[in-house]
This record gives sequence, structure tokens and C-alpha cells, in this order.
Amino acid sequence: MTAAVLFENVSRHFGTVKAVDAVDLEIAAGEFFAMLGPSGSGKTTCLRLMAGFEQPTDGHIEIFGETAEGVPPYRRSVNTVFQDYALFPHLSILDNVAYGLMVKGIGRQERRKAAEDALAMVKLPGYGQRKPGQLSGGQRQRVALARALVNKPKVLLLDEPLGALDLKLREQMQEELKSLQKSLGITFVFVTHDQGEALSMADRIAVFNDGKIQQLGTPEDIYQRPQTRFVADFVGSSNILSSATCARLGVPAAAASLRPEAIAIGTSWAEQLTLPGIVTARSFLGAVNRVSVDCDGEKIIVASPAAMPVPDIGAQVQLAFSRNDLHLMEVA
Amino acid sequence: MRSDRSSSAPLGLKIAAIGGLAFLHIPILLIFLYAFTTEEKSYQFPPPGLTLQWFAVTWNRPDVWAALALSVKVATIATAIALVLGTLCAAAVSQTRFFGRETISLLVILPIALPGIITGIALRSAFSMADIPFSFWTIVLGHATFCIVVVYNNAVARFRRVSGSLIEASMDLGADGFQTFRHVILPNIGTALLAGGMLAFALSFDEVIVTTFTGGQQSTLPIWMLEELIRPRQRPVTNVVAMVVMLVTFLPILAAYYLTRDGDQIAGAGK
Repeated sequence: MTAAVLFENVSRHFGTVKAVDAVDLEIAAGEFFAMLGPSGSGKTTCLRLMAGFEQPTDGHIEIFGETAEGVPPYRRSVNTVFQDYALFPHLSILDNVAYGLMVKGIGRQERRKAAEDALAMVKLPGYGQRKPGQLSGGQRQRVALARALVNKPKVLLLDEPLGALDLKLREQMQEELKSLQKSLGITFVFVTHDQGEALSMADRIAVFNDGKIQQLGTPEDIYQRPQTRFVADFVGSSNILSSATCARLGVPAAAASLRPEAIAIGTSWAEQLTLPGIVTARSFLGAVNRVSVDCDGEKIIVASPAAMPVPDIGAQVQLAFSRNDLHLMEVA
Repeated sequence: MRSDRSSSAPLGLKIAAIGGLAFLHIPILLIFLYAFTTEEKSYQFPPPGLTLQWFAVTWNRPDVWAALALSVKVATIATAIALVLGTLCAAAVSQTRFFGRETISLLVILPIALPGIITGIALRSAFSMADIPFSFWTIVLGHATFCIVVVYNNAVARFRRVSGSLIEASMDLGADGFQTFRHVILPNIGTALLAGGMLAFALSFDEVIVTTFTGGQQSTLPIWMLEELIRPRQRPVTNVVAMVVMLVTFLPILAAYYLTRDGDQIAGAGK
């Protein structure tokens, strides 16, 4: 089966800055794919390479089997939802949504109908006559989505689509985007720096840093089995155990990652690994208590369910966790 | 917000303000007044009598019509050239980054900062050296140098407010360069171009210095007025023409002011 998007050894350099550095990537058709990373990691440049706003310095890009380098944005069957939405301020919502059809020369009646259907799909029926300035941020986001989807793109690119929305709206849009993607069957590629967003929505995630893909896998893979220290740090807040601590646990490794929520305080079963330590700080976060424990100079964060009793600061505690939750990493 | 906004200014300040405004505007009213005087050789005050005959006299003078027609033609063509070149230049400077961008921006604005006499002498010697005969077209070129600046300044300010992602969004939705210009860029910079064009027209219409240096035998309306003031016959005709010139230049400037003032909403600020 042809990949929706294929990157072969793709680089994009700006002078001496390697924004994207020899990236190989294969996104399957119908996939919800996330590119996750801090700002400046190359994820947005990768998206712009797919959209055609950037051309690769080196390497080869295919979109559904067709060579993409040298093809301008307006001849690609790819549409983008921009971070700032980029709605045309001088056009009504309906004309905004119908813009892509208008420049393709589709008749007025037909494009009006298609635009109204698209607006209904994003739950904004009857908003066509308003101007972008009269809508809220969340509504503008939906219009931007309708404007892209009305063109029936083969791949929809989303650049930090939920970045400007407040938390509640963001969670709601996450669910809607996910169900929209499932029902349309279009390949979605979205860029985000929010690991929670990537984990909850994507089928697969590519974690970017310094222009390279650090790890590519399912959300479970990325979260539970980070391959590098960067991924462990960036996706969630893992504890990284040093080689000395690993040795004390009887597990020889250069380093290992351990999720805060995989650790229990006090209780332990025979087959579990244990570490003694002293509580140095604690804070209440709602669903969990965040407890910092000093284990022989190594600071370990524990996310303890709020229902469990929290030891006082200075208390001697025993940390217990399963060997399966300890993920060995080759490089420290 | 200042709390003492409604309290009135000191009397001295009020008198000074009224005096300043009167000093600026009474001479203009005098020009209007002398358009109606019955005395045609000198400006004595008060005018011995009032008449409307000079409007008819002006209407029947072919030299007035020739000068007016030349001025309108020059201003129209110079403005048209300025609109095209000024917009292209503004687009290049505000939408792209290239070596020497700041320098070009400065060089474009320079003609309006330079005294007109320098521009005039420079153009005159350039035309002479290149063996270009002084004609209608040399006047147009001379005027275009400073008209471009006005259009450029208006356009560049608006271009900065059209966010770059609007253009990318248009391309992304399938519009090529020309379609993007027509459907996205032009509607967003249209009022700025109209305002710039009107200002350019008004500037060109009453230009004297550059015209003196670049014109041949033709005289534009302002040049004709200068010559007319030296002749002590039918002087009020000049005043009638002055009134017309004021209206022709003032209305576009006023319109330009209102057009740019209302265009304050920032294009593409979609957050």
C-alpha cells in the first residue's frame, strides 16, 4: 500500500541551521499522525515541507506516490489548518470556506452548497454570513477546519491546531478531531508541543528534537518505552535512574526510565524492586499527590494516588515498583 | 484615561490656538475673497466691489483649460506609474527578506526627503546627458519619483498588517500567485492603495519645482498660475483657478484620510 507521506533522507537547512536533518518517515494512509517536539525541533518545518511552503535541501518526498519536491502548494492535494487559522478577514465565513472551490472554478451554487455542508460538519451551520472577526477562537478554529476539509484533501495538515484554545475547549476539540478523522478516513498529520494532545489523539507519534526523529511509535510505546533520555524527559516527566542506582537494583544498565505513577510508596510485593529514601517535598495536584523522594542522592518523583496516605517530609519510605516498569536505555 | 479631560484650557492657550489657526487659514480665505473682486490690477483691501464675472472669464480662457488638462494628465499617469511600482516595491520589502532590503527601503523614500530643487536639478542634468528632450513625459517621470514614495509608504504599512499566513493559506487552498493577489492581497491593501493614489495625485497636481526643471514649453496649472501673477491683467482669474485647485486637491486628501482611518482593523489577526 502506498504511503500517504513518505520522507526519504529529507533535510532542510537554513544557512548553517539544520532545521530538518536527514529524516526518514512513512505515514500510512488513513493514519492520525502526530509530530511532537519542543519549538525549534523541526516538526513545523516537516509540516511545511509536506504543504509545499518549504522545499527540501536534500532528500525525496512523496505524497501518495507522487514526487512532491518542486511542486508548489497550490498543486498539492494537501490542505493545512494554520496555527493562527489565517481566515481571510475581508470575506464572510461562507466565502472563506468556499475559497478553495472558488479558485478551482467551481460554480457558485455548487460551492455554496459544499461550504454549507462543511460548516454543518464542524457544527457551525448558519454562521456563513458572519465575518471572521465576529467569531470566537474556537469557532474560527472550526471554520479553518471546514475551509481545509471542503477541498477533500488526501492529507490534512494541522499546525498546533489547538494551541490558542483554552483547556476545556481543547479537550472537546481533541475528541471532535479524532472522531472527524475516523469518519472521514483522511490522513491527518498534526504538529504539537503538547504531549498530552499527541498521546490522546494520535495513532502514531514521531518525537522530534534538533531536526531529527528521536523515536517513532504508538502512544503506548512512546510513553512506556522511551528509547532516549530526551523522549523520556519530554513525554511525561519520567524519572531517569543513573547506572549506579540501576546497579543497586541488580539491573545493570547505563540508565533506565521509570514513570512516577508506576511507583508505590510503602507497600511492596515479593517480586517488586525496592529503593529506600527520604521524602523531601510533596504537593497536592488534584487526582494525585506529587512526592519527591531522595534515594541516596538520586531524586525520584512519585505520583501517588490522592486516596493513598502521604508521608510527611523527612519520613523514611520504601519505594516499590515492578521490574517491567523499569525501561532500560542504552545512552544516558 | 485622563480624569481632567473635560476641564477647559487656560484662556491664554485658547487665544494662542485661535490666533495660530487664524494665521494659517485667513490667507486662504483672502484668496477666495479676491476671486470675487471687481478690481483686476491689484489686491486692495477691502475689495471695491464683488462680482461673479471672473468665473465666466476663466471658463472662456483657453490657456487655463490647456494648463488644467496637462496637470490632470500628468497627475493621472504619474499616479498610475506610482501605484504599480510602489505596490511592487512594498510587496518585495514587506513580504520577503533579501540582502540590502533596508537600503532599498531608504532609497525609495529618499526622493520625498530630498528638497525638490535637488530632485529637479538631478533629473534635468540626467535628461540632458541622456539626450532626452524635455516633454510631457519628462514631467511625468519627475512627478513619479515622489508619487512612488507616497504609494509605497501607504502600501508598506498595510502589507505589514496582512499576515504572511493569509498568503500561504490562499496558496494552500489552490490559488496561484495571480489569484492570491486578486482575491486576498488586493482586497486587503485596496483602501491603502486608493489613499496613496489620491495623495500622489494631489502632490503631483500642485507640484512646481520639479516641474520647472523637467518641463519643456508646457506649463502645468501651478506654473501657469505663477506666470499669471506677474501679469497685472485679469488677476482674479488666478484666484478662481486657485479655488478650483484647492477643491481638486483637498477632496482626495480628505477622502484618503477617511479611507485609511476606517481601515484600522488588522488584517489576519485571527487569534
